[in-house]
Amino acid sequence: MSLPRVATVWLDGCSGCHMSLVDMDERILDIFSRADLVYGPLVDFKEFPEDVDVCLVEGAVSSEEDLHKIRMVRERTKTLVSFGDCAVTSNVPGMRNPIGVGPLLDRAYLENVTLNPGIPSDIVPKLLPISTPVHRVVKVDVFLPGCPPSADLIFTMLDDLLAGRVPDVAGSRFGR
Amino acid sequence: MTTVYTLRIDGRDVAGSEDATVLDVARENGIDIPTLCHLDGITDRGACRLCMVEITGSNKLTPACMTKIVEGMEVTAHSDRLLEYRRAITEMLFVERNHICAVCVANNHCELQDTAEELGLTHFDLPRISPKVDIDASHRLFSIDHNRCILCLRCVRVCDEIEGAHTWDIMHRGLDTRVQTDMGIPWGESTTCTSCGKCVQVCPTGALFEKGRAVARGSKTRRPFLPWMKVVAEERGL
Repeated sequence: MSLPRVATVWLDGCSGCHMSLVDMDERILDIFSRADLVYGPLVDFKEFPEDVDVCLVEGAVSSEEDLHKIRMVRERTKTLVSFGDCAVTSNVPGMRNPIGVGPLLDRAYLENVTLNPGIPSDIVPKLLPISTPVHRVVKVDVFLPGCPPSADLIFTMLDDLLAGRVPDVAGSRFGR
Repeated sequence: MTTVYTLRIDGRDVAGSEDATVLDVARENGIDIPTLCHLDGITDRGACRLCMVEITGSNKLTPACMTKIVEGMEVTAHSDRLLEYRRAITEMLFVERNHICAVCVANNHCELQDTAEELGLTHFDLPRISPKVDIDASHRLFSIDHNRCILCLRCVRVCDEIEGAHTWDIMHRGLDTRVQTDMGIPWGESTTCTSCGKCVQVCPTGALFEKGRAVARGSKTRRPFLPWMKVVAEERGL
């Protein structure tokens, strides 16, 4: 029998939630003896595969690339987890929302620079007008808030999901 | 002599003196009703609506902090309907302004954060409004970040009732409502503010904070000092 397929995705976040995942220490061996890690920044697969059972999504949806990626991930995933505050609330990436993309880019790339002013356009994905939580774009099955969620909470949630239980996220909170 | 009334809260027989509120009696009996605007020692206002309870015989919800007990009253403080409303209220408080817990001075010392956790609020179904909101850092010692204000008006009440300065008040209406100092002038130019810091101490979120505090370092551990100050104020006939 093949093991459940787990993936992780990193959108507009700081990778802190992935650090917290690794912070499960030896429990990570327990989790991945019961599941295969098929995609994510922690492993070296280039394409997001089909038929993923559980996908943890870190980060807000901030660019056209994020939007394209999360739609594809949703299509190929059974249980999508909004993983950490940026995915759940848009958190720090969302702090630009009251400012607007135009003034934001002007400030960063034109007003404050002394060398080669210019807004990058060719090699980076275009920013969306506002940075949004994942569930404003696609359906989300499980929410795990926290900045980052603790390793204990991540372990409990993955343990529950792999055992086919509804995950218990009690003790999770925004921030922390 | 005070009369004692008996009543039921969540099916439990409890008692309280005639001038007690439903919230007082619930708390005395270890029945937790969430609140964000209530603070022992200052006048209740019923602003946050989190303490809404059901009272048998009334078809509307009633704020527990503003309702005096009555003999034979039957109160429901916890039900699925109330939980749903309390979650919705907390969610609306979060999406109305820009609450970014991760970078907030009150991270982990915040009553709004605590309330969300207690109510099991894991995300917001409503979109964030993301308004452009000001910060006033003109005061020598303190700042106010209106992004984090939930309009509980504890600052207004403590400044008026305990300090007696009445520097704080409110201005505008609806989504534009703001607490203000001295008719809307910058806090640092206020001639009535005594810089006592009571408003900072009672603020349930990181809206009012001491300058020079880093993220999550704005601990307000001495909150219970207020009931004592109220007693002193009453003794002095203030």
